[in-house]
Amino acid sequence: MSNIYKALQERILVLDGAMGTMLQAYKFTEEDFRGERFKDYPTPLQGNNDLLSITQPEAIKTIHGKYFEAGADIIETNTFSGTTIAMADYQMEDLVYELNYQSAKIAKEVADQFTAKEPHKPRFVAGSIGPTNRTASMSPDVNDPGYRAVTFDELRIAYKQQIEALVDGGVDLLLVETVFDTLNAKAALFAIEEVKDERNIEIPTMLSGTITDASGRTLSGQTAEAFLISVSHIPLLSIGFNCALGANLLQPHLEAIANKTDFAISAHPNAGLPNAFGEYDETPEEMGEQIEEYLKKNLINIIGGCCGTSPDHINVIANIAAKYKPRPHAEIALEIR
Amino acid sequence: MKIKQTKYMKLSGLEPLILNENSNFINVGERTNVAGSRKFLRLIKEEKFDEALDIARHQVDGGAQIVDINMDDGLLDGKEAMVRFLNLIAAEPDICRVPMMIDSSKWEIIEAGLQVVQGKCVVNSISLKEGEEKFIREAKLIKRYGAAVIVMAFDEVGQADTYDRRIEIAQRSYDVLVNQVGFPSEDIIFDLNIFPVATGMDEHRKNAIDFIEATRWVRENLENVSVSGGVSNVSFSFRGNNTVREAMHSVFLYYAIQAGMNMGIVNPAMLEVYDDIPKDLLEHIEDVILDRRDDATERLLDFAETVKGTKKEKTVDLSWRENPLQDRITHALVKGIDAFIIEDVEEARLQAEKPIEVIEGNLMAGMNVVGDLFGAGKMFLPQVVKSARVMKKAVGYLNPFIEAEKGDKQEPVGKILMATVKGDVHDIGKNIVSVVLACNNYEIVDLGVMVPPEKIIQTAIEERVDAIGLSGLITPSLDEMVYLAKEMQRQNFELPLLIGGATTSKAHTAVKIDTQYKNAVVHVNDASRAVTVVGDLLNKKTSHEYVAELKKNYDEFRTKFLKRGKEKSYISIIEARKRKYKIDWETSEIVKPRELGIQTLEQLSLKELLPFIDWSPFFRSWDLHGKFPDILTDKVVGEQASIMYEEAQVMIKEIIANQSLKPKAIFGLFKANSINEDDIAVQKKGGEEFIFRTLRQQLKKREGIPNHALSDFIAPKETGKTDYIGAFCVGIFGAQELADSYRAKEDDYNGIMAQAIADRFAEAFAEYLHKQIRTKHWGYAADENLSNDDLIKESYKGIRPAPGYPACPDHLEKETIWDLLDVENQIGVKLTESLAMWPAAAVSGYYFANKEAKYFGLGKITDDQVTDYSKRKGIKKEKARKWLHPNIADS
Repeated sequence: MSNIYKALQERILVLDGAMGTMLQAYKFTEEDFRGERFKDYPTPLQGNNDLLSITQPEAIKTIHGKYFEAGADIIETNTFSGTTIAMADYQMEDLVYELNYQSAKIAKEVADQFTAKEPHKPRFVAGSIGPTNRTASMSPDVNDPGYRAVTFDELRIAYKQQIEALVDGGVDLLLVETVFDTLNAKAALFAIEEVKDERNIEIPTMLSGTITDASGRTLSGQTAEAFLISVSHIPLLSIGFNCALGANLLQPHLEAIANKTDFAISAHPNAGLPNAFGEYDETPEEMGEQIEEYLKKNLINIIGGCCGTSPDHINVIANIAAKYKPRPHAEIALEIR
Repeated sequence: MKIKQTKYMKLSGLEPLILNENSNFINVGERTNVAGSRKFLRLIKEEKFDEALDIARHQVDGGAQIVDINMDDGLLDGKEAMVRFLNLIAAEPDICRVPMMIDSSKWEIIEAGLQVVQGKCVVNSISLKEGEEKFIREAKLIKRYGAAVIVMAFDEVGQADTYDRRIEIAQRSYDVLVNQVGFPSEDIIFDLNIFPVATGMDEHRKNAIDFIEATRWVRENLENVSVSGGVSNVSFSFRGNNTVREAMHSVFLYYAIQAGMNMGIVNPAMLEVYDDIPKDLLEHIEDVILDRRDDATERLLDFAETVKGTKKEKTVDLSWRENPLQDRITHALVKGIDAFIIEDVEEARLQAEKPIEVIEGNLMAGMNVVGDLFGAGKMFLPQVVKSARVMKKAVGYLNPFIEAEKGDKQEPVGKILMATVKGDVHDIGKNIVSVVLACNNYEIVDLGVMVPPEKIIQTAIEERVDAIGLSGLITPSLDEMVYLAKEMQRQNFELPLLIGGATTSKAHTAVKIDTQYKNAVVHVNDASRAVTVVGDLLNKKTSHEYVAELKKNYDEFRTKFLKRGKEKSYISIIEARKRKYKIDWETSEIVKPRELGIQTLEQLSLKELLPFIDWSPFFRSWDLHGKFPDILTDKVVGEQASIMYEEAQVMIKEIIANQSLKPKAIFGLFKANSINEDDIAVQKKGGEEFIFRTLRQQLKKREGIPNHALSDFIAPKETGKTDYIGAFCVGIFGAQELADSYRAKEDDYNGIMAQAIADRFAEAFAEYLHKQIRTKHWGYAADENLSNDDLIKESYKGIRPAPGYPACPDHLEKETIWDLLDVENQIGVKLTESLAMWPAAAVSGYYFANKEAKYFGLGKITDDQVTDYSKRKGIKKEKARKWLHPNIADS
């Protein structure tokens, strides 16, 4: 499992692009989301993309395959919302284990096929762990800034359940991503440490925050460097940023952390900023140009795409990444624990 | 000495705190400790959290780099209090920018604290007191939560009180943490126990020196660790004699820091500057701290009696009152202080030959300094307006003397006519520009709001003004400005015309206004530019050249602007309708409002609206740019913004106490269906029908991207489903009267402030009402839970577009809202001939509840839609063109 450390020393690894954008093209209807199994489910299910791993697994596999074909080394499981907290919107808390397990399993199947075809380029599966839809260090109630809609322990337990299912399903690593509240991420890291400890295993972990406005802060108000310090107590495979801002706006924040950590650095930006209609319209070439700037500056070890990116984007990015050397970083001592 | 260090401790709040070889001593704030501060304990017990937060804030403002929080008190639920207080701190960026120190002797309180802080904090403290097992368990968890830790020099035997015991426990703790727990050594901080000296007991004589020497040993032998301690303990036996205590703290720190102590709990107010300690006192204290003489304690006790009670006092700095007269006047103008201006002006008057000289000499000299500072960006708009207030007060005092002498009045450098054009009521920007020009010695003829063009022309002639300034906020005002420019040309005016206001732009000015008038037309959207522009225009020597340059500049800008944008192409309205945004009405959820019909709301207290205020636009209206609350700490404008914010809070308190502003609202929720693609038919109770006409985007778009109209968000009649729509108007009454009452007292600053606050209340009211609609009256989002920030970011479900804004730029639809709700009769908000609302602090619009409803910009439309719209609405096409023309392509 740990040959990802080796690959990371040798080259810049490419992460996949958006799952949601690809799924939109299928224009799945409420019935498609439900499939036969959830025909009579009491809540509307359209929009529950994670569920498609069960009801439309072929579509998910096809998308994973397209990203591998485009040159991705790592794909993310279709589990961004796979916690009891996020699934409460669909009353699907009880399905969390199965959702994560199945998503991990089908992703791993596709990865194994590609690794068998091209043994010189092993493919990896990262279990995607989203931020949930609640914040542990901010109040949703204007009149009561001390109120919290979720506690650390609730998050820790929910994350632990997701992590165990992802690991059982065979993921090679975990990716805690789109972190907008550092305290949520700390709960996820705590849960990962518990699972590692209880099972006596090693799970390489990527962590990726999101900087939501041009002031260069996370939604919960931290600067990029404060965010880095707050999550560096766990030996991470990589740290970086994804989503919110497009590639060009992300660069100063990557620079802010790149020379302050021994961890690998990752980035998977959106295809630009959303336009007035909430759509992303940066072309693969435009995005590639901006990403090449990172690589020229030797900032990156893992690169991919977030909202609005497609296999075309990843293909351009992979071709550019192949031309550059990875950012030098310390080899992670697994014995740290 | 040689400190062993290869790695450095890094902590974080919202911002990083990194200890390295260059960092100074880290100061930990100690006042938020119930064991150390009686006041803080009382506030927590009485649940006065706001005041408790002020204590924390005060410490950070005073330089604390870490805030220590302790809730260990027998009468408190310490765990609950710790969590509550840390959660509240997390909502205060000016406090939580620094790392927290979670201080308790109970593990359950520490753990509860660790679970609510996002940054990397410090745990204070753990120790070997109850054995290795507990020590290891807690250290492991602290590591997993991601915090640094203070380790007390304490073990199963007891607290270390000698040099040997301190190093013995430190060594053992270090080995366990680093080797058994894998704790990062740079995250370990030793508290080596600071105990009092000069107690009279022999065994306490070495307390300070032992700490200092043990610190040295730890920093030389235990790699990467830090050393901390509570400094005030050392002077405990001199309670009541702050002069001695402050000096003792300084001396102790002076030596301990040299030995490697790099952080500590110190009250900065209880610290004397080492170099300022009198020689004799210093010698006595050093004897005690360093244990240099057998009789050191007795000698210090005796000496202490002689220095007792010399207390420092803080007062407002009035030293500027000692300066020469002109300096005092200038100071008062620059700082906006009006407390002494009358007495200073009187002194100047008695010295002058004629009273007018005081204005032309002393006061103008001061205002020139203000002008220079403003021009150099060292003063900000609100400060300048305050300077003007002082100036006005001084001139008001001098005027009777000038008149009594029948002497010459002060000669202004120019006379400017200012007006908000016909049909428009918005004048905050115009008032600011007027004040700024006035304090640069221009005479202002302010005609107020809704001024007809004839009156502007007539007054300009009668008053022989030197320039005309026009202002407007709503789009129809643009036409009024064009009309006035034409009139000025027709009557062969030569005066420069200044254009300003939120809806104006350089593009519109260049393309539409400049072309109508042969003389100077300038777009001035920034009060700070007004002075230089007017100065250049009125300067007899250079104005000719300046105007020629200006004309050329606008001509070039116009050419460039007209070339741009030609490549945009549009589709026909018929084609656009085929590409409407399609909601799947079979599955889309339609929630029936809980309360159909019309309601008014007149009994609301302004207090209810306070949490909904979005402050950022308030600062923008004063040319202070930045996002609230970050703007308050902004490097450039933060200080000024904070002052204004506080002043606004004071005025709001007065407004609430005097009920000088009154909010009123009306809203209605109705059955509705979209008909004929772009219209919305609204059923009032009793069967009366009203029709909203919406406009559809016609810009040619990529395949699959729809052309929106608001009607797309309401179920079409042919679906057979009943859908719903809402309409509303909110207004804040009394702002004009309030502003006038300030102006009557020559206080333009507070006049403008009152208007700006009324505007904020109107917007807050719209936000508040929308929330009530979502959660209560309509109830489609009964369980939403959104913060004020979310509201400002509009992250809720459903929209409330307003006529005149991008999704529905057509102001005419306000008339339909007024008819439907009977707005004017019910709550008194009127529409002007340009369809601006009066009172000016008002908001009106529609409510759409569908979760797919979203804001969009209409963009440009083409002639076929204008024809179609005029037919649908039953108005002449000319009228339609007049109202829609800012949105008609190539018009």
